[in-house]
Amino acid sequence: MNPLKRFIEKITRGVLFTSSMVTSVTVLLVVLFLFKEGIGLFNQNSVEKHLVIAVNSENPVSAISSTDVKSIFNQDITNWKQVGGKDLEILPRSIDELAAQFTEEQLGEGFKNLSSLIETYILETPGVIASIPDSYLKNDFKGKLIPLKKISLKEFLTGTEWIPTAHPAAVFGAWPLILGTLWVSLGAILLALPIGLITAIYMSEVAGQRFRNILKPVIELLSGIPSVVYGFFGLVVLVPLIQKLFKLGVGETALAGSIVLAIMSLPTIITIAEDALRTTPRALKEASLALGASHWQTLVRVIIPYAKSGIIAAVILGIGRAVGETMAVLMVTGNASVIPHTFLEPVRTIPATIAAELGEAPFGGTHFKALFALGIILFIMTFVFNTLVETVKTKKI
Amino acid sequence: MALALLLPAMISAQSFKIKGSDTCLPLSQAEAESYMKKDPNASIAVTGGGSGVGLAALISGTTDIAHSSRAMKMDEKLKMQEAGKAFKEVIVAYDALAVIVNPSNKVSQLTREQLEGIFTGKIANWKEVGGDDLKIIVYSRETSSGTYEFFKTNVLNLKNFAANALLMPATGAIVQSVGQTKGAIGYVGLAYVEKDVKALKVSYDKGKTFIAPSVATAMDKTYPVTRPLYYYFLTKIEKTVSPFVNYILSPEGQAIVLKVGYVPLKK
Repeated sequence: MNPLKRFIEKITRGVLFTSSMVTSVTVLLVVLFLFKEGIGLFNQNSVEKHLVIAVNSENPVSAISSTDVKSIFNQDITNWKQVGGKDLEILPRSIDELAAQFTEEQLGEGFKNLSSLIETYILETPGVIASIPDSYLKNDFKGKLIPLKKISLKEFLTGTEWIPTAHPAAVFGAWPLILGTLWVSLGAILLALPIGLITAIYMSEVAGQRFRNILKPVIELLSGIPSVVYGFFGLVVLVPLIQKLFKLGVGETALAGSIVLAIMSLPTIITIAEDALRTTPRALKEASLALGASHWQTLVRVIIPYAKSGIIAAVILGIGRAVGETMAVLMVTGNASVIPHTFLEPVRTIPATIAAELGEAPFGGTHFKALFALGIILFIMTFVFNTLVETVKTKKI
Repeated sequence: MALALLLPAMISAQSFKIKGSDTCLPLSQAEAESYMKKDPNASIAVTGGGSGVGLAALISGTTDIAHSSRAMKMDEKLKMQEAGKAFKEVIVAYDALAVIVNPSNKVSQLTREQLEGIFTGKIANWKEVGGDDLKIIVYSRETSSGTYEFFKTNVLNLKNFAANALLMPATGAIVQSVGQTKGAIGYVGLAYVEKDVKALKVSYDKGKTFIAPSVATAMDKTYPVTRPLYYYFLTKIEKTVSPFVNYILSPEGQAIVLKVGYVPLKK
């Protein structure tokens, strides 16, 4: 081999190596970033940054969970007795409510008196619970500060309430969101898989050339439609239809999400599965037919087993689209964070939650990290699924 | 060519940025466009991002005007104080929120207390507020919306929405869903109310008087679910921005307010 050729080969090899390395490293970095941000959630409590919860110094209560803090400020818990204190009415106060108690004159120029006024108010009001920025806490604050517990992994995964805007302590329970995502994706796969495979088989084995030439571009056109258009279609057409068909109070349901997702993942499943089916060597097919097998026997015993890995790839890609799809689902599932019991109830999925809430979540705050933690859950879900499919594939059932 | 285009903007005496609320965004854009047509020397850049984002930018000095759909919070005032910056607050328009239901719903008026009960999930059936025996379906905006925040503060007294409330990504989606769902209730800006939905009369005095939302009732402040839209700017640049602010407050500017779908200030 001449040196020039060898040199070119070396360079080509180098380019191939670098590009594959860059891809892998990028993927790893993205995953690393996701985990770094998400795991940070379990290092903090759910109270907004720089905010402290203070009560009267006589109050015997020394710890309140963030769910209880939410209920207190929501006025669902109205007596200290309910959280282990004395029989006394709870008076929840935010910083704005505290400041509104005093005249501008009392507050003084530049609010210089605010911190001492707050302290006096808290000391004089036995039932008070106040959320105040730590910078307006006097250095020698004589009231009692209540430390909130850190968010635990168990609490995050099994909590049944997701209220990120609760003030002053947000509640992050991901269980309804996890279930919502699973329900919608599962429904989508149950609908899309049989239809997709049947269409693929029909197109590759049964349909005539002319019909196929029309069908294939039409199906491929489906994948070119932006997801927000599917969402709009779902909201305007599917949702009222489901509402009428099942006589429901509300049409925005997991089923609507599943159907939209199924339609969206069909082109992927059909195109890839069909290509796989068509790559079966002519010799194999003809050998089967020559042995006396019918067309259907050949299809079931020879063509489908041969194309199995391609069909499985189609399934993985279809599911990938379903689990991570955001916009269309956001528009049709209603996004209520409740635990679903049937397909005919509204659900909130993880991707929809991240998309809808990330915009307003303060960078680096608890809510921001909670959304990243949701991202980790989503990542693990798809990862487990892919691994499962890979194992099934290599076992050659 | 590009330089020639940029040059007038650079040497202009009146060049400033407006940042903040997404609710105010269409209004500020329309006002800025029409103002720049009148005064070719002016160059105004308008961006959204949320009221909180705009006010934070004002504090850090990265915007000249912060437009906001809520009043400055205590915490933000204190931060301005710390930074040693004096600022001015101008109300440029009002925005009224209408509570809407399906047109087939018998109920045509609710008190604030009833609204609070419905939106927090304590009232779950229309018959509890004088309607048919029908489950109430609550539609709300997503939690990132300023409208959500305002409704929560003003109508729900800072209580949380019911967990089973359906959160919609856009105001248009709420109108669409309420129009096609019998037991639905939702809230939207006055400009979005159309014939497919019915706007409710609201009472804030425990049922003594019920007021229907309209530009007129919002203008004379009898309709309670109304919020001012604010402009905040530093006192030291008042000279630069006041021609623009005065333009918005002028009859011509207020006509634009009405055209964009908000409520003009009372003359």
